[in-house]
Amino acid sequence: MPVQSYIQAITAGLREEMLRDENVFVLGEDVGKKGGVFGATKGLYDEFGEYRMLDTPLAESAIAGVGIGAAMYGKRPVAEMQFADFIMPAVNQIISEAAKIRYRSNNDWNVPMTIRAPYGGGVHGALYHSQSVEAVFANQPGLKIVMPSTPYDAKGLLKASIRDNDPVLFFEHKRAYRLLKAEVPEDDYVLPIGKADTKREGSDVTVITYGLAVHFTLQAAEKLEEEGISTHVLDLRTVYPLDQKAIIKAAQKTGKVLLITEDNKEGSIIGEVSAIIAENCLFDLDAPVQRLAGPEVPAMPFSPTLEKYFMLNPDKVETAIRDLAEF
Amino acid sequence: MANNRHESLGLTDEQVLDMYKHMLLARKLDERMWLLNRAGKIPFVISCQGQEASQIGASFALDRTKDYTAPYYRDLGVVLAFGMTAKELMLSAFAKAEDPNSGGRQMPSHFGQKKNRILTQSSPVTTQVPHAVGIGLAAKMDKKDFVSFVTLGEGSSNQGDFHEGLNFAGVHKLPVITMVENNKYAISVPLDKQIASEHVSDRASSYGMPGITVDGNDPLAVYEAVKKARERALDGEGPSLIEAVAYRFTAHSSDDDDRQYREAAEVDEAKKNDAILTFAAYLKETGVMTDEAENDLIAEIDAIINEATDYAENAPYPEPESALGYVYEE
Repeated sequence: MPVQSYIQAITAGLREEMLRDENVFVLGEDVGKKGGVFGATKGLYDEFGEYRMLDTPLAESAIAGVGIGAAMYGKRPVAEMQFADFIMPAVNQIISEAAKIRYRSNNDWNVPMTIRAPYGGGVHGALYHSQSVEAVFANQPGLKIVMPSTPYDAKGLLKASIRDNDPVLFFEHKRAYRLLKAEVPEDDYVLPIGKADTKREGSDVTVITYGLAVHFTLQAAEKLEEEGISTHVLDLRTVYPLDQKAIIKAAQKTGKVLLITEDNKEGSIIGEVSAIIAENCLFDLDAPVQRLAGPEVPAMPFSPTLEKYFMLNPDKVETAIRDLAEF
Repeated sequence: MANNRHESLGLTDEQVLDMYKHMLLARKLDERMWLLNRAGKIPFVISCQGQEASQIGASFALDRTKDYTAPYYRDLGVVLAFGMTAKELMLSAFAKAEDPNSGGRQMPSHFGQKKNRILTQSSPVTTQVPHAVGIGLAAKMDKKDFVSFVTLGEGSSNQGDFHEGLNFAGVHKLPVITMVENNKYAISVPLDKQIASEHVSDRASSYGMPGITVDGNDPLAVYEAVKKARERALDGEGPSLIEAVAYRFTAHSSDDDDRQYREAAEVDEAKKNDAILTFAAYLKETGVMTDEAENDLIAEIDAIINEATDYAENAPYPEPESALGYVYEE
């Protein structure tokens, strides 16, 4: 089985879907000739031509809105937002339109569109190339939000997103693009949207998280194992709608739950996870639910000392797990 | 006998009579909805009155068996021409389960009907423009010979989606016809406080497409402009912008009082050019419609509207729990 980086797995998933279904096409800024600013669509312009790897004018609302129109016709657009931070001009199209079209038309119309966007910090990207924006969309029924943590998940979930008959926001951690490498099957596989995945079995502390933080958590867990602390790790994978059953089961497993997000804490995805646990697991808990998150500042600053202070890392995760284990 | 203009446009007597029938049906349906609203039977109306000629003239220039339309909330005439029935529109007005637009989920006049290629619309204005461009993109990608027709008000032409959408269509030479129905008011704000250029159509040149302004009270002028735009689109020459200038005869909606911002005399003056009157006069002057035929038509339309109203009023509401359905594919 070949080893692929996270971004190579994305490219492979896109290519396979474009080969499988001629209605699949990509539109976005610099996705064509250049192959994307990160190279996620590298080589696909030459293989599929201009109109299936479409360089659009620099206008995000049109990227989303034109994609919605094409999707209503029956195409399967994959719209790329160059950075998740730049999705904001398209929010009206995503929330007022894509999310509501099936509902408002009473199932007459639907939007089989995937919107890919690189998110996350730790790449010297400062305020506007580092954000986690999932919470903006995570109370909009009609949308699904997928945030894979490994190359294997990235490919299988991207393929599932493209085949989904509803709009999916697919957020890719940009630091994971080249940091994470793993074996990825070459065959055609899809992973279920809406299902969390246990990334490590453990008995002392449960960590529920998603995205790059899964990687940091697994690194910390490895280290803590040597101290005799056993960590259970649940990767949400789909952050909206949440896999409630898996969350409840994982919380009950150890009775001590640490929730981690790279986003700032208040109003984030993990607040909702915490509410699910509070509603369902009161008598299973041995400690208050803990949250590790970014600070309450608008976004990640640029200078290395500031960025490091904001950003998650394995050491911060390790400390938080140990503190909870010792409660 | 007056100068026959429709023959030279390739329109038969039957076709222009059918145009008038659609205009009159739109007007009378709209008027009935106001009566029902004032009688407390339906909660909301937003009108097409004054814009029927633009809507019907344009629709008849399209191929209503294959073209797509992304209408806005005043386009009662457009959706009637594309195949939505009076009964279906009344079901929407009464928010009944059978409403094909939304099953009673949306306010009235938020049109949408897939079988007639009418895209679903929302309330934030102008979002439909990029959607129509996406339809045009799909036509170009699949080498299909249909066009995408999108409408909006002049105030909406200030939104980013108008400019982003038209530029996208212009760059890729897509078969998209955008018609701005300039009715001189965006709720209360008049044209000169909305748009710095003299005409909305002036904006077309920025996006590499022709922009023309036509008399929106003249269905034949609008027909001619849209027909040319459609031919251009099918020849691969790309999109067009058409501004149809008319006047909004009613308040913005049933919840608005237009006496707060415009003089009754201005409205009365505009009504002298009401296309329902002027086009009927044209049809009589050219011998297409007799007084007797007009009376028959009015009686026929009254019967259609009465039947639609009775049916919709007596139709069931959606089941309460059905509010939970169709968030995602089921």
